[in-house]
Amino acid sequence: MPNQDSATKPAYERSKLVLEIKHLTKQFPVDDGRVLTACNDISLRAYEGKTLGIIGESGCGKSTLVRTLLRIQPATKGEALFEGHDILKSKGEQLRQDRKLIQMVFQDPTAAFNPKMLVKDILTEPLKNYGLIKKSEVDAKAVELLEMVELPASFKDRYPHSMSGGQRQRLGIARALALEPKIIVCDEATSALDVSVQEKVCELLCRLQKEKNITYLFIAHDLGLVDLMCHQVAVMYLGNVVEWLEYGRIAESCKHPYTRALMKAVFKVDFRPGEKIEPIEGEIPSPLDLPPGCPFASRCEHCTDNCLNNKPKLKEIEHGHWVACHLYD
Amino acid sequence: MLLQVKDLDISYGDRLTVAGASLELDKGEIMSIVGESGSGKTTVIRAIMGCLPGAGRVSGGSIIFDGKDVLQNTPEQWRHMYGSEMSMIFQDSGNMINPIRRIGDQFIDYIQAHQPDKSKSQAYEMATAMLVNVRLPNPENIMNSYPFELSGGMRQRVGIAMAMIFSPKILLADEPTSALDVTTQAQIIRQIVDIRNEYKVAVIIVTHNIGVASYISNKIMVMQGGKVVEYGKREDVIGNPQHEYTKQLLRAVPIIGGKCYYA
Repeated sequence: MPNQDSATKPAYERSKLVLEIKHLTKQFPVDDGRVLTACNDISLRAYEGKTLGIIGESGCGKSTLVRTLLRIQPATKGEALFEGHDILKSKGEQLRQDRKLIQMVFQDPTAAFNPKMLVKDILTEPLKNYGLIKKSEVDAKAVELLEMVELPASFKDRYPHSMSGGQRQRLGIARALALEPKIIVCDEATSALDVSVQEKVCELLCRLQKEKNITYLFIAHDLGLVDLMCHQVAVMYLGNVVEWLEYGRIAESCKHPYTRALMKAVFKVDFRPGEKIEPIEGEIPSPLDLPPGCPFASRCEHCTDNCLNNKPKLKEIEHGHWVACHLYD
Repeated sequence: MLLQVKDLDISYGDRLTVAGASLELDKGEIMSIVGESGSGKTTVIRAIMGCLPGAGRVSGGSIIFDGKDVLQNTPEQWRHMYGSEMSMIFQDSGNMINPIRRIGDQFIDYIQAHQPDKSKSQAYEMATAMLVNVRLPNPENIMNSYPFELSGGMRQRVGIAMAMIFSPKILLADEPTSALDVTTQAQIIRQIVDIRNEYKVAVIIVTHNIGVASYISNKIMVMQGGKVVEYGKREDVIGNPQHEYTKQLLRAVPIIGGKCYYA
């Protein structure tokens, strides 16, 4: 009874761990000698065949986190265990093999491809890079990948500019699938798409996940979408994970004031007359001069002196549910 | 009736892009135009504003604004209407502001261009008062900043302030929140509602976020492929959609607590 299982047990008791991020910190030096902490001591886990959603406003460090994992930039501290080794310290051929197993789908499907390459070359270039394909197989493989993402086979001889945004995003997914990775990082992969197209792309992602048992790291700022897409959800604010939920639905169980405020800022379709949205006031503070206490203190309605001075730690308040807030001390 | 658009056809060159769009808008009403990209929603409000790009032209129908047929306007008449009777905010107001000039200088220029009798200090007063009105604290700071120094939400507020400074009768907003975070989006939408309540301005919002449209609008127009497929009161369109496309669009919106994609 997998359904009953998922309702009662947190993910770490029933699924195979694929990626374990431990105390990852990423700091950028700034010109005047200060440091900008984009990711602060982040620990998360991703499981086989499941989706880990990461939400937060722009500037909260969610993209920096995955860029660090993909080794686009080096980490300052911490480790990330994948396939029994720390991918943040891999070198040379090992790093090349890591990258083969962790692929990415980008936000802007227009900018993600070389406009002068044919679709079939775009799709098979990763395979060529790893020496996994012969020239004579290119067409057949491209057709296979196109069919996987429900695009017509005739697209293989087109250029990306002659495709719509949704079709291009499917192409991005097909390219990520080419190497049969274990993890696919979707960095705001559906944000540039219309709702109806977004729905189709999400359904495609979920179908592929079931077929191939892929793990997704799904970054988004749409709480509704994350709620529908993700098995585990991490909420980030100013470089910190403030809430982390490993089972259940975020809508029912969220506890952190920031997550709850995010929920109130989502526009529902079926507003009752007179019902008001309550946006969080103010803007996200600069990550350069972080407050000593809780990062959310300046915008939080429950803020106390304790919050201003002491930074709350991420605590497990119930099985598989971590919150960093003094309200739950 | 403030704005009455009847059977509007818009063509780019010989190609008919929007066919037979009709709408009516009264003072203080908010209307949303929703639809996918390429469905012609922006084209409609650009036609109302008289600023269709390139080979775009109105090939049929009429636009009566405030009792006047604006399709007969000369460029000079249009120029007088912009800012004082109609104004527009864009997806990213940072793009419509000159990036290498301070916001204050441009704001003052803009005011003086429309009201040459205003002195520089009077214009400065007007501008700062308006910035405070759109909930921008420290207006002096903002006036002294370059566009890139402000966040997306702040830039959008500056855009609203500039658009509303001469209290126009109608405000056209082209995807005003699409480039923003959910929290900032909620702030800007509330700001637009506040502006409407204060100035009794009519607003047309083009958006692909049906949640936003449902929250803010009195009327909703749904477009698909250059045609209006549904148009009516918010309650009717959201609560009792008639057209298959509207239903499909409403279903596609991710709702918190809804049915999981992976289930």
